[in-house]
Amino acid sequence: MLRRLHPEQPDGFAFTPDNQKWAEAQITKYPSGRQASAIIPLLWRAQEQEGWLSRVAIEHVCDMLDMAHIRGLEVATFYFMFQLQPIGSVANIQICGTTSCMICGAEDLVAVCKEKIAPKPHQLSADGKFTWEEVECLGACANAPMAQIGKDYYEDLTTARFAEIVDELADGKVPTPGPQNGRYASEPVTGLTSLSGYEETGHTKMNASVQLASDIGDTIKRIDGTEVPLLAPWQGKSAGKSSGAKAKTPKRADEQTAPKKAKPAAKAEEPPKKAAKPAVTSSAKAEEPSAEELASKKPAALDAPKGGKADDLKKIKGIGQGLEKSLNENGIFHYDQIAKWTADEVLWADYGLARFKGRATRDTWVEQAKLLAAGEETEFSKRAKY
Amino acid sequence: MLSDSDRIFTNLYGMHDRTLSGAKARGHWDGTAGLIKKGRNWIIDEMKASGLRGRGGAGFPTGLKWSFMPKESDGRPAYLVVNADESEPGTCKDREIMRHDPHTLIEGCLIASFAMNANACYIYIRGEYIREKEALQNAIDEAYEAGLLGKNAAKSGWDFDLYLHHGAGAYICGEETALLESLEGKKGMPRMKPPFPAGAGLYGCPTTVNNVESIAVVPTILRRGAEWFAGFGRANNTGTKLFAISGHVNAPCVVEEEMSISFEELIDRHCGGIRGGWDNLKAVIPGGSSVPCLPGKIMKEECIMDFDWLREQRSGLGTAAVIVMDQSTDIIKAIWRLSAFYKHESCGQCTPCREGTGWMMRVMDRLVKGDAEPEEIDMLLDVTKQVEGHTICALGDAAAWPIQGLIRHFRDEIEDRIKAKRTGRASAVAAE
Repeated sequence: MLRRLHPEQPDGFAFTPDNQKWAEAQITKYPSGRQASAIIPLLWRAQEQEGWLSRVAIEHVCDMLDMAHIRGLEVATFYFMFQLQPIGSVANIQICGTTSCMICGAEDLVAVCKEKIAPKPHQLSADGKFTWEEVECLGACANAPMAQIGKDYYEDLTTARFAEIVDELADGKVPTPGPQNGRYASEPVTGLTSLSGYEETGHTKMNASVQLASDIGDTIKRIDGTEVPLLAPWQGKSAGKSSGAKAKTPKRADEQTAPKKAKPAAKAEEPPKKAAKPAVTSSAKAEEPSAEELASKKPAALDAPKGGKADDLKKIKGIGQGLEKSLNENGIFHYDQIAKWTADEVLWADYGLARFKGRATRDTWVEQAKLLAAGEETEFSKRAKY
Repeated sequence: MLSDSDRIFTNLYGMHDRTLSGAKARGHWDGTAGLIKKGRNWIIDEMKASGLRGRGGAGFPTGLKWSFMPKESDGRPAYLVVNADESEPGTCKDREIMRHDPHTLIEGCLIASFAMNANACYIYIRGEYIREKEALQNAIDEAYEAGLLGKNAAKSGWDFDLYLHHGAGAYICGEETALLESLEGKKGMPRMKPPFPAGAGLYGCPTTVNNVESIAVVPTILRRGAEWFAGFGRANNTGTKLFAISGHVNAPCVVEEEMSISFEELIDRHCGGIRGGWDNLKAVIPGGSSVPCLPGKIMKEECIMDFDWLREQRSGLGTAAVIVMDQSTDIIKAIWRLSAFYKHESCGQCTPCREGTGWMMRVMDRLVKGDAEPEEIDMLLDVTKQVEGHTICALGDAAAWPIQGLIRHFRDEIEDRIKAKRTGRASAVAAE
């Protein structure tokens, strides 16, 4: 299949500082001199940051890895996950169309895309928000038909539900991913036929994929590197590192990795490529209040939960275990507390709490909390299984 | 029927604690150092005795594969590479292992790497599995934190690093040498063999590539003994297996069952039967897109889900990804979609495959519409034979087999459709 670079290309590309750190950690996974191995993860990170892969981005990554540009272009054009043209500002919707999904109704989902988004794949919708394409098997066949939107799988779809999802996304919401028919993961929809004899332990609301999507909240977000850091624990133990074996060379090679790593970093600092990017990062930062401002916006805290028992804040979409803990530490234990938040207090939650900036607004915590405080259920809390 | 106590993946659906402590509570990471201390030969002999055949599709005996690795290093490091590029249409089993029971895989990586003298292992996960990647990386970080990976991993005296690498949407990278090329940062084009990866694989070093499921079952086999594992299934087809059933059953699912289970039992027990009843069954692809389909009648009455029985029927168990199609399915179109898949995924290296997959898809396209001559069926069959076996990797074969299966079992239907088109009558089967 012919894949070419887009005729209109941006002027520059640079990783955000956090993505740069991530990329450098990624390179340490491979023996020294083999840093070319990191090309797919690095190109992917560049695409996650920008939405699609431009020529400058590919060349930037090649320079980081000491590769000829043509090698990077080969890789970018060979692998189908790399988008070589701009995608919808909200999301590129990928419908799995291979046999299992096809016989379960993927063609109807494609029809929805044609009607709601654009008549042709890769074509921008009128509002510029979406593009769509049919992709080959995404490996969730027992949950057919399904679509990947951003980072997440929306499974067990019907045309009606799928159309709803597209509408919700257009309205700026992010519907909860995973099975849309009440299933937990890939168990039979009619009930467990195996593994039912075990005592329930450590049950979380949602299956691993949905739980992560919900905790991190980056389904359709452009990745700036602050979401999930790469810990690279192997580095701490690199004295006897892997490739080591008994030969002497790898060990020496390991010592060489240090300067290697430093080099691309230095390169990235150099002008002129950098010029284009900082504007974006700083504009994002501009909306962010300073620490003092935040402190003044902090909502009233309780010393302890009323009646000694806190509400399960995890029932609010967007709050996972980590966020619940930090809310508790800040004296927030109940739905009715959140329900009463003012705009300033929401701002505090958006920026003062965790690394997931803007979640309180995006996931409409206050509205959810109002419902829950009144003893009602939200769409999300109904789905959350305990 | 397999009882829960004999299931290896006890958290397949992720309904229980997915963290390290949860995995330990279910018996994983128990006495890992002890297993390693029993030595390389013991592990490999035990794997051979268990009769485990590779779960990635080809069914090559795992213990035998491991024994091809050099016993002594000649100065080059050795590598284990885990193939988690699960892209075969119909297959969705490794995803469940990686997101819900990742510690089975991580422990397996340590033991298998030790058995092959490897201090490093790469897991190559498909790029689309973004959450699965995060879940698995979290589990790896946990294992490092607990000292189960890294220097003196799990106090076994073996230094071991485990790295997660991902691809970017190329089916061909599930082929072992294409995977190695991709892992080296190149286009995923398969290499000629020999040299085999055990001689010169990743970075030119001895390498073994194993499927996720093959590696993830290792710790449990060693803990419970080869005889336990060999006790399931028919001879030469032993063990338990994850089956992924999709398509027209009442409750599609992924489930662990014993090998050699009958198709009827598998479907009735776990999938709530065929949609619309057993008489509504038309055809089944028993092992992922690459194996020829079989008519429903054979599947219902005789089928034993294992490597050898399906091989005898000129199909295969493949990855045990069962795609069920009922009478409402346009079988010609279903197979055409697979032809389109292979055309899309051919890497373009070998001419018979690059040109042949497109050619086959275009003829299939006309067969779907009935817009062809009856002789073209034989011509198509002939072309599939010319692609099959004439390419570097098995993608050419995989593209040919589904069409051969279709023509073998459903020639009538293709002919009827051509006839209907010619006479201008729309028959029921050609409703589209």
